[in-house]
Order: sequence, then C-alpha cells, then structure tokens
Amino acid sequence: MSEFPRGKTAIVGTGIFGIDSRPGYTATELLGKAALMAIADAGLTPADIDGVFATLPQEPFSAMTVPEYLGIRPKLVETSRTGGSAFELHAMWAALALEAGLVDAVLICYGSNQRSASGKLTGSGAPPFVYESAYKVRNPVGSYALSAARHMHEYGTTRRHLAEVAVAARKWAQLNPDAFSRDDLTIDDVLNARMVVDPLSVRDCCLVTDGAAAVVMTRADRARDLPNQPAYLLGTGSATWHRAISAMPDLTVTAASEAGARAYAQAGVKPSDIDVLEVYDAFTINTILFLEDLGFCPKGEGGRFVEDGAIAPGGRLAVNTNGGGLSCVHPGMYGLFTMVEAVTQLRGTAGARQVADAKLALAHGNGGTLSHQAVTIWGTAETL
Amino acid sequence: MKVVHPEQEYLAHLAEGRFMIQRSAASGDYVFYPRVMRPGALDDDLEWTEASGDGVVYSTSVVRNRPPVEDYNVALIDLAEGVRMMSRVVDIAPEAVKIGMKVKARMGEIDGAPVVLFAPAEGDVQ
Repeated sequence: MSEFPRGKTAIVGTGIFGIDSRPGYTATELLGKAALMAIADAGLTPADIDGVFATLPQEPFSAMTVPEYLGIRPKLVETSRTGGSAFELHAMWAALALEAGLVDAVLICYGSNQRSASGKLTGSGAPPFVYESAYKVRNPVGSYALSAARHMHEYGTTRRHLAEVAVAARKWAQLNPDAFSRDDLTIDDVLNARMVVDPLSVRDCCLVTDGAAAVVMTRADRARDLPNQPAYLLGTGSATWHRAISAMPDLTVTAASEAGARAYAQAGVKPSDIDVLEVYDAFTINTILFLEDLGFCPKGEGGRFVEDGAIAPGGRLAVNTNGGGLSCVHPGMYGLFTMVEAVTQLRGTAGARQVADAKLALAHGNGGTLSHQAVTIWGTAETL
Repeated sequence: MKVVHPEQEYLAHLAEGRFMIQRSAASGDYVFYPRVMRPGALDDDLEWTEASGDGVVYSTSVVRNRPPVEDYNVALIDLAEGVRMMSRVVDIAPEAVKIGMKVKARMGEIDGAPVVLFAPAEGDVQ
C-alpha cells in the first residue's frame, strides 16, 4: 500500500483569468494574470514560490518560460504533457515534493489563447499517427464519437442521454456569472444541432475559449496560517492504457476506473461520500463514461443515471458545477479548472452554484483521446 | 519475411498493393500497428504475413463536412487475426455502416496515398 501524504498538503490560492475571448493577449500573458491572482489569493508573494509546474500548450519549454516571465527562480519545475490531465498529475507530484521538503510552495499554472489566436482547439504538438491520420479521423472529436457509438451499441445509451449531459452543464453555467455559454439550451436544441462526427453534434462538444488558471499548494501546517480555508489533498491516482483510440482495449472503459480506485483508497473515501464531482467533460460521452468508471453508477448505466436532470442543479449528484468544459470554459486543456472549481466549492465561495455543506470534492482530468486519466480528491479540515 | 523497419515496410507494402501485418513466430500472436516488438512482451521475432482481410466493425462514425466535401465513414475494424485497426468502410453510405457488420479489406487511396479500406462482406449487405 502506498503511503500517500493524505491531507498533508493543500491548495491555498486560486486564480482564473480570461475564460472567454481575449484578443491581444498571448498565452503567457493570460497565464501570468492567473498566476498573480493565485499567489495573491494565497497571501504570498512570488518570492515565496519555489516550485513552478507550468503548461503552455504550444511551448515545450514552459518550465523555463513561465518562471522567467513571473520573475521566480524555482528549485523544482514540472511540465508533464499528458494533455488535459497534466494538472492532476502536477498536484500529486507537488504533494510528494512538498512532503519531502524539496519545496515549500508550488504554483501550478496554465494559459491558452486558442480562441482569439486560431478559433480552434489548440494542437497538442504531437506528430501525426500514420495508422489513424491516413483516414482523416477528425481528432479529438472523432475518437470520442467512436467511443460514444460503441457505448450506445453495448448499453443502449442514446443521443438524448448525451443531450442530458449538455443541458445539465448549461444549467450549472447559468448559475456561474463567469461561464462562457449561459443562454438557454434544451434537449431538442442538442438533438437538432449540426452533426460534427456522428453520433456527436456541435452541442456535444466542449467550448473553444481562451483562458488561464493557477493554484498554489503548500504544506498543511503552513496552510492553516494563510488567509483562505485550505482544500486538503486526500488522495490521487493516475493511469494510461493507450494513446490512440484505435489502440484502446475497450472503448467503453477508461483508465479512470483504475486511477479512481487508487485515489479513493488513498483518501479512505468511497464514491457515495463525494459531495461535488468535477469531471473532464470535453464531450458529453465523457461525463457518462467517468460517472461509471469513477463508481457513481454501474458500467453501462451512465446514460440512464443522467436522465431527468439528475446531474443538473437540484439533481441527485452535483456534477461540473461551474458549467464544465461544455458550457464554462475549455481553452484546450481543461484539467486545472476542475481543481479550481473543487476548491471553490470546498471554500464555500461558489455563490449561486454553491453545493450546500460541500466537504469532499473529486477533481478529474482526462488527456488525449481518453488516453490519460488522473483523479484528485480534496477535502475540508473536517475530512482530515 | 523478417521485420527491420516496421513503419517504413508497412507503408512500402501498401504502396505495392499488399496488406501485411506482423506475427510473432514463437507465440503466433498477431501485432498491429507495426512495432519492433510484441507489445507487453520481449519477443522481437516479428514477421510480415498477409492479412486475411476479414474483419468486423467494432465502432463507426460519420465525419460530417461542408459541401462540396462529402461526408465519410471512419471505423474501427477487428480483424480475424485478433487485432484492431482504424479504417473506412466504403461502398455504402457512411451512416449505413453498423457495429458488428462483417467487412472485407481492399486496397484504396485517400488523397493519393495507398490505404487499406473495408467494404461490406458478401452476405452482410444490410
């Protein structure tokens, strides 16, 4: 059994900037704004930060570019490139490095200007995989469409189930003044939307926005002396079983089933204990897959689980309370935003979308084409 | 036929109109996509062998396009040899391709490059 330092580290500061369209800003500038907000929110200064875990999607040298830009000389940098799940991995490495005494305060940060720069999802920088690119699969949506089609075939999941996910996300977004898409959205709107890759329509797909986010992590003893209520990291897990969708063993089961089990074991909690669930909803099928793989319903039941507004405000489970990648923000790599929203809920500062008495939150990240899965579980002081 | 440069040789076979996949001589297991070893094993005794071309649709999608570009199918095909590959099912409407449909490989071209495509197998035209 691993000895993860349960509850020994915490997020003490958060920042989000420019989660809409911000023409004129570079990705680094957006990141810089969010980083300063997070450091100030933590009650610290840049000189207090000695670990910088940074991701700029188009910049392989983010680990040096970002510290230089912020005027920080970190003892430790990290820039794992697992796609949108990188930030949950960063949180795990930060907890271990903090507990080992390698560093005292870690800044995890991300910025992208994809919407104003290109209007499209930012590229990963990965070279084409000839065994798929030859067929002009429209990635990433094309890979998720293949997963959705298989899930429908095996379990009777319907486009209406997928639409329920999009509508629930929109209803949460309507409670979040910072969310990008807040217009009314109905099941029929989703069903009648333009198809991108069948069985997914444009309303089954995440937003294309700009945006930056940052968090500061430190050890629990120090966290208690800082201004915000800490969100303690209780457990983490990650796993990868494939890179390309054509190499995914079963298109209806993701490695989140393995990553989640490890995270629950470390945290000493079970799915029914979770008050707030933030999963990486790049596409509507994701939410259904991750509800199953993270243990909130049996495999194959995700579609029926989300029926009748069950994950919308007032439903049986609070899922993607900021509006998610579908309706709040998706600048290319969404994973840091699930952690920021989890912390916001645990602090009790989420305003109209606040989940009453939230003590335990799960923030999940997904990278590539369902390829990398990472889970973090966060709790208030009561959960220690 | 021994494998030296897996990707280069796979593509060279396609250019010659042949659909070749790898098989481990000792275990008899097939490997796709082409690699220098059998995944998860230390076997590097891979040889090229002609694929049967028999397959079943594991999943399917329709890539929608703005006219005049036509919609097309992208599917995952489970080959009789026990490996899976991405391809397109052709000769029928892209949305008529169904999971579980039996298909047969044939050579084709996409944007001038040789590729393996699949068409409904005789007796499974729905």
